Amino acid sequence: MNLFGEAIAWLTDPARLEGSYALPTLLAQHVGYTVVSVLVAAVIAIPAGWLIGHTGRGREVAVAIAGAARAVPSFGLLVLLVLLLGVLRIPEAAVVTFVLLAIPSLLAGAYTGIEAIDRAVVDAARAMGMTERQIFWRVELPLGLPLLVGGIRSAVLQVIATVTIAAYVNLGGLGWPIIQGIPLRRFDQVLGGALLVAALALVVDLLLALAQRAAVPAGVRVHRATRPARRAAARSEAAASPSA
Amino acid sequence: MSVSRPVARRPLLAVGAALAASLALAACSNDNPLEQPSDDDATSGSGGETLVVGSQAYYSNEIIAEIYAQALENAGYDVDRQFSIGQRDAYMPEIVSGAIDLFPEYTGNLLEFLEPEPTATSPEDVYAALQEALPEGLAALAMAEATDQDTYTVLASFAEENGLTTIADLADVEGPLTIGAAPEFEQRPYGPAAAAEVYGVDLEFSATGPTTLEALQAGEIQVADIYSADPAFDTGEIVALEDPENLILSSNVVPIASADVAEDIAAVIDPISAALTTEELVGLNAQSTVEQRSTADIASEWLEANGLL
Repeated sequence: MNLFGEAIAWLTDPARLEGSYALPTLLAQHVGYTVVSVLVAAVIAIPAGWLIGHTGRGREVAVAIAGAARAVPSFGLLVLLVLLLGVLRIPEAAVVTFVLLAIPSLLAGAYTGIEAIDRAVVDAARAMGMTERQIFWRVELPLGLPLLVGGIRSAVLQVIATVTIAAYVNLGGLGWPIIQGIPLRRFDQVLGGALLVAALALVVDLLLALAQRAAVPAGVRVHRATRPARRAAARSEAAASPSA
Repeated sequence: MSVSRPVARRPLLAVGAALAASLALAACSNDNPLEQPSDDDATSGSGGETLVVGSQAYYSNEIIAEIYAQALENAGYDVDRQFSIGQRDAYMPEIVSGAIDLFPEYTGNLLEFLEPEPTATSPEDVYAALQEALPEGLAALAMAEATDQDTYTVLASFAEENGLTTIADLADVEGPLTIGAAPEFEQRPYGPAAAAEVYGVDLEFSATGPTTLEALQAGEIQVADIYSADPAFDTGEIVALEDPENLILSSNVVPIASADVAEDIAAVIDPISAALTTEELVGLNAQSTVEQRSTADIASEWLEANGLL
């Protein structure tokens, strides 16, 4: 049986549902750390991104910080934080690592969502007499939502992939079969764990892609749908007109 | 009309000629820089031949390898040190192919690598099983008394409070007990599940890995799998529980050599193995981690102290 077949056999073995390292438990731990980390990062990064997008100020600083944060190696940071904070604060060290990983994508999603809005729309809103607050909540936020959800999607996927290293510091998660399997040289187990992480990432990506589609405001969706028809109508008009 | 300066021709020609000349001269040489050092003069006995001594990416293993290297140099061999190679998956093929001549290893761990779940556990049984399991072209020289194996270790204070000397004594301790170790320990044939069977001890498992000693000191775990050559044993703060039923796979320091040089170097290496006890090894490791001395200094001082240099 080739390695792939052995990995599937390992995954489907009923023993996987027993013991302190049962797959459902590992999955719950993995999802748990992802959700908590992305939520904390969202609370920090999204309002900051909105502020930058709405006021137009601080963009360079945000880009620089996001760029620097992306360059930090998560595994090294995790080990460093565990050493600094001590063995009694390992979960905190891990969450800080994953939050730092998620911030760049969320920040970028928030401010590019608002920057991408046609200035004419925002000017029209201002001309109508809307206050800054109303402009933000009624115009900028809904129109910037698809790109924001894109940023969330990117952040969630990066964190899902990285939470695999949580198993190295005794926090469980889907990285456990990989981290335990390598020294035992049980490569069916290693591949099984890797396949699970990949499967989780794909499923979550699909769900968030659907969410991104759904986040497009109704009016924009109608506008986009009728645009090709209007262009075609304009072309046929121009062809029919007698002018040169 | 603009006149553009042509690229200076003469210096360019000179550089080109120099490059061509150096290429031609290099081609004339007969040396192959990628060739492995040949050892066809290895059978002629000591005196000017080169031996390759390797080590794992583990400071303790490197100290032992340096001891071998210095002893061999003292006996007249030329030694090429290839230290910190990495995992067994990486260096085993090199030893089998003869690219490395001598390597300090550990009987139990190497046996586990060659044969997934070995049944032998006592030092002599493991050594015998290892000699059988070694691939063609490799020989195990005499093993040392020094071990670097898994243990069931507790804080000395905890042992005193609860009157613990053997692993079986843990069964009488009140309250839940957790053992911390590297992740793979949970699945080993001498792990907590086996301890329950052999000694009747109920242990929860926590994969503390690199933070095992700290977790033990912080009270997060009550028992820890601390390798027997760990310098922490030098301080008296921790004590390994005795294993009268030979549950744990013994793992003694053993020199693994290429079969064609094994006999010649045994005369140099065997006295080293005879002098190396676990206490000595722990002392060497403490010099490296606590006193931060260099590997070469630790090795030469030990060899001199034991009359081997």
